[in-house]
Amino acid sequence: MGKKSNCGELEALEHDLLKHDCSIGQILKERGVSRRDFLKFCSAMTAAMALPASFAPRVAQALDEVKRPTLVWLEMQSCTGDTEALLRSANPTVAEIVLDILSVDYHETIMAAAGHQAEGALDKAIADFKGKYICVIEGSISMKDGGIYGTTGGKTHLERARQVCGGALATIAVGTCASYGGIAAAVPNPTGAVGVRDAVPGATVINLPGCPVNADNLTATIVHYLVFGKIPALDSHGRPLFAYGKRIHDNCERRPHFDAGQYVEHWGDDGHRKGFCLYKMGCKGPATFHNCPTQRYNEKTSWPIAAGHPCAGCSEPQFWDTMSPMYKRLPNVPGFGIEHTADKIGLGLVAGAGAAFAVHGMLNALRKDKEPAEENKEG
Amino acid sequence: MSDNCKFKCYIWELPVRWCHWINMFCIVLLSVTGFLIGTPFSFGSSTSSFTMGWIRFIHFSAAYLFTVSVISRLIWSFIGNKYSGWREFFPLMTDAGRKKTVRMLRYYMLLDKDVPETIGHNPLATAAYVCLFAIYSLMILTGFALYAQHAPQGAMHKALGFMYVLFSDQGMRLTHHISMWFIFGFVINHIYSAWLMDIKEHGSEISSMFSGYKFTVRKEK
Repeated sequence: MGKKSNCGELEALEHDLLKHDCSIGQILKERGVSRRDFLKFCSAMTAAMALPASFAPRVAQALDEVKRPTLVWLEMQSCTGDTEALLRSANPTVAEIVLDILSVDYHETIMAAAGHQAEGALDKAIADFKGKYICVIEGSISMKDGGIYGTTGGKTHLERARQVCGGALATIAVGTCASYGGIAAAVPNPTGAVGVRDAVPGATVINLPGCPVNADNLTATIVHYLVFGKIPALDSHGRPLFAYGKRIHDNCERRPHFDAGQYVEHWGDDGHRKGFCLYKMGCKGPATFHNCPTQRYNEKTSWPIAAGHPCAGCSEPQFWDTMSPMYKRLPNVPGFGIEHTADKIGLGLVAGAGAAFAVHGMLNALRKDKEPAEENKEG
Repeated sequence: MSDNCKFKCYIWELPVRWCHWINMFCIVLLSVTGFLIGTPFSFGSSTSSFTMGWIRFIHFSAAYLFTVSVISRLIWSFIGNKYSGWREFFPLMTDAGRKKTVRMLRYYMLLDKDVPETIGHNPLATAAYVCLFAIYSLMILTGFALYAQHAPQGAMHKALGFMYVLFSDQGMRLTHHISMWFIFGFVINHIYSAWLMDIKEHGSEISSMFSGYKFTVRKEK
């Protein structure tokens, strides 16, 4: 990312701000991306944004002309999985280059600069392009004890997030941790981890949850901004509707087996080999909103359910706490011991009530009742 | 409990009886289909069968019928006779109701031997029905909130938006599931109590829910 570009006067330092004058079309041409590949990319992005195919030329035209925005990428409490998802594609793709040339002025994991030089680049980027740059945040933000459990360059993550997100055009929270706190926020949440929206309440935040984020959705979100000049429509959890507007269960390739009543009963059984529905193996597809079935991961190679594993519900808020146990349909009942399912408790309740009334009935059968007293008569 | 000739009183009007039996029918249907949805077995013989599809269709249709029935009963509690009125459900609000509650409690706890005669609702029963209506509301709200997720951003999904704030998705499933067991607990209590009072009161407790008539020592005022 942010490698040398041959456009313009080209003083190609990592974060040379002069590069901002080139359009994406020009840069792609210089990178050796054919027009055909570029148009294929535009069609794929149009589909990812759930727009009709007739929008593809408009996307191409907009990307041809648009000036690339500045982007800074901050790492908080994260495993860098989202960066990995973005970088480890098998072949260099147009999408990769589009993100690459997005003038990534600051990316902690992959930038060459270090120390004060790197911090200087960040300060310069957010000062020169105040209100115009896009901020991408990966990882949750620690809030407990003033946020001291996560620091970079001597500043807490909370302080950096407030400083950088506050002046950004928009903040894209990539991955479940940046969106909702993710695994770091799971009970007992020792660092008081939260997502960007909770850490910086005033900022414009687009959540792209998932573990990891689907790089196609990140590219499409940025392309949407480049084409339309505004952020995409969001749902109540701050997620773009084009990517999170439908339930996995409703677009799942195994859905016909669900409706038919054909289920995997045990790992590796006949149904599992035949690709039956993973509902009974604890699949959280019916509770999860994401475009995994259509967009898939790693250049549309596969996704968990296609690979025979139930959906873990990773793109939903508090998924680690609310979606567990991973291989069971329903959560355990809180307040009871582990492995106490709703059905065991319910059966106990019904058996208890039945026994109590049986005893009451027997006691009643043994005793002799009296005529109701005068004041006990109604009517 | 009387050797006297009894008077017959019309207690349960037709809408009350209809709601009662529709509710019962729906609860049986919803429990059976709901249990199969929660814990299915591989009942599909081929990929072209639609067994789970039909089970869910029956569940959702019965859910609509049940909801209409519960709402109708709530409306009837404002327009029906005094025995079906909403005041019956809050016996502790009146002096007579409080006395009657204490007498019923003492009888049920085997402390008193004289059977407190009741024409309309027994105050302990109405207390249970208030809890039951709360469970019904929870069932209807969690059920339709889960159902509405097939069409996110649709009218029902938006109208039930507050449910997705109050519950996590899986929490909603757990609540919907465990509430079924609470209703089973109620059903055991309900059938036992009706049977017991039919035996003790000699007032046609059970058949009154078919005919609408109960029999009392004194004539209805």
